[in-house]
Amino acid sequence: MNPSAPQPQLSRPLGLLAELTYRCPLHCPYCSNPTRLPAGRGEMATADWKRVLGEAAQLGILHVMFSGGEPLQRPDLVELVAGAREAGLYTNLITSAVGLTRPRLEELKRAGLDSVQISFQSDQAPLADGIAGTEAHALKLAAAGLVRELGLPLTVNVVLHKGNLDRLEALIAMAEGLDAQRLELANTQYYGWAFQNKAALMPSLAQVEGAERIAASAARRLAGKMEVLYVKPDYYGTRPKPCMNGWGRRYITVNPAGDVLPCPTSGEIKALRFDSVRDRPLEWIWRESEAFNLFRGTQWMPEPCQSCDQREIDFGGCRCQAALLTGDAANTDPACDLSPFRDRLTAVVERAQAPTAADSPAYRFRANPMAGEGLER
Amino acid sequence: MPVPKLSFKARLQTDPVTGKPALLFPEGVLLLSPSAGEILGLCDGVRSQEALVAILSERHAVAPAILEADVAECLEKLRAKGLVEMRPA
Repeated sequence: MNPSAPQPQLSRPLGLLAELTYRCPLHCPYCSNPTRLPAGRGEMATADWKRVLGEAAQLGILHVMFSGGEPLQRPDLVELVAGAREAGLYTNLITSAVGLTRPRLEELKRAGLDSVQISFQSDQAPLADGIAGTEAHALKLAAAGLVRELGLPLTVNVVLHKGNLDRLEALIAMAEGLDAQRLELANTQYYGWAFQNKAALMPSLAQVEGAERIAASAARRLAGKMEVLYVKPDYYGTRPKPCMNGWGRRYITVNPAGDVLPCPTSGEIKALRFDSVRDRPLEWIWRESEAFNLFRGTQWMPEPCQSCDQREIDFGGCRCQAALLTGDAANTDPACDLSPFRDRLTAVVERAQAPTAADSPAYRFRANPMAGEGLER
Repeated sequence: MPVPKLSFKARLQTDPVTGKPALLFPEGVLLLSPSAGEILGLCDGVRSQEALVAILSERHAVAPAILEADVAECLEKLRAKGLVEMRPA
């Protein structure tokens, strides 16, 4: 970065996404983990993570999400939750629920765990397990019951796509039956694994419109009982999402190896170089890391973003999507209909409207690191 | 008058950076004004909204009538976000 360039106003981070491991018993075809796992340094040790949690709190972070992969695969999860609470952080476990047994959850609660989010693939076993690539649905239902039985708040998260959008009403009823406090219905974001599987995942326009109506009516009906959040699919809209509420503005992701990323998928942007908490304090990385400073503020923006009155509302959209669809992360996100590359996105959506047999292939399931490869410790 | 209570999914604590109150919950964080923090700190699930206003009125030597609307607005905002529950008295 040009050292004489004016530094954008540095804000204070509030949230940390702690990706403890890429290991996971599920194989979801839209997984947000990297399609190629970085080789080399292996997963960070307990002591490293505890130091990072303390440094995060000193930097102003108030909220940590323990995620992965499947964070329950880490035998030290209880110790890390305790460390986070000691540092004053609110702790949220983002889990597939595989491994969330009663003794483990009781231990986590004693360590100070504040909240649990469980992913569901659909409302019924054959379809749900077919998407996850493993038999997990029954375990999830049992674990969700346990979370509420122990008095912890439960969030149900469902990634939506062609294969489960028609189950939306049943999914909402399932979350209600589980006494969830919050239901996140998030349409698939098409990068990484999901981009490779887009022909099998991308819904029809009719499905998307139907889902939006069902979700809106459920949100009204359940107000005050269960919060229903519906994340629209940006491929089907005209304005981009305000990704991460602005690059390097509020959130930090630390991946299993200790690399620090502005968003969990930004590792897919080949041009970026990330700093590691194994080499540098988190505060230095937040202030100085090239990967964070590259797209901070609005100075980096090209037209049409630079002169757009939405530039501090949507922040030019998603850098990962711009990189993926235009080849340059600094371009306007093609999810904006003012993007000069908009046709690259609409071509994908149009193709999904008239699928041929070749357009509905089987899922290409996410692979997982095995013993002795990838990030296995 | 209803009885306000901080939701079981939320935690009120002091933000070490600003010294102001912060409300933490599963999906995020709200940095509160000192007065919103004071109101929330009184939402114990036992005290009615009326009693809450009376305490603030005495603490700050301001007539309850002046505080009522602000307290109601603050609690309604937090209720709409699911962070405060309102139980009928």
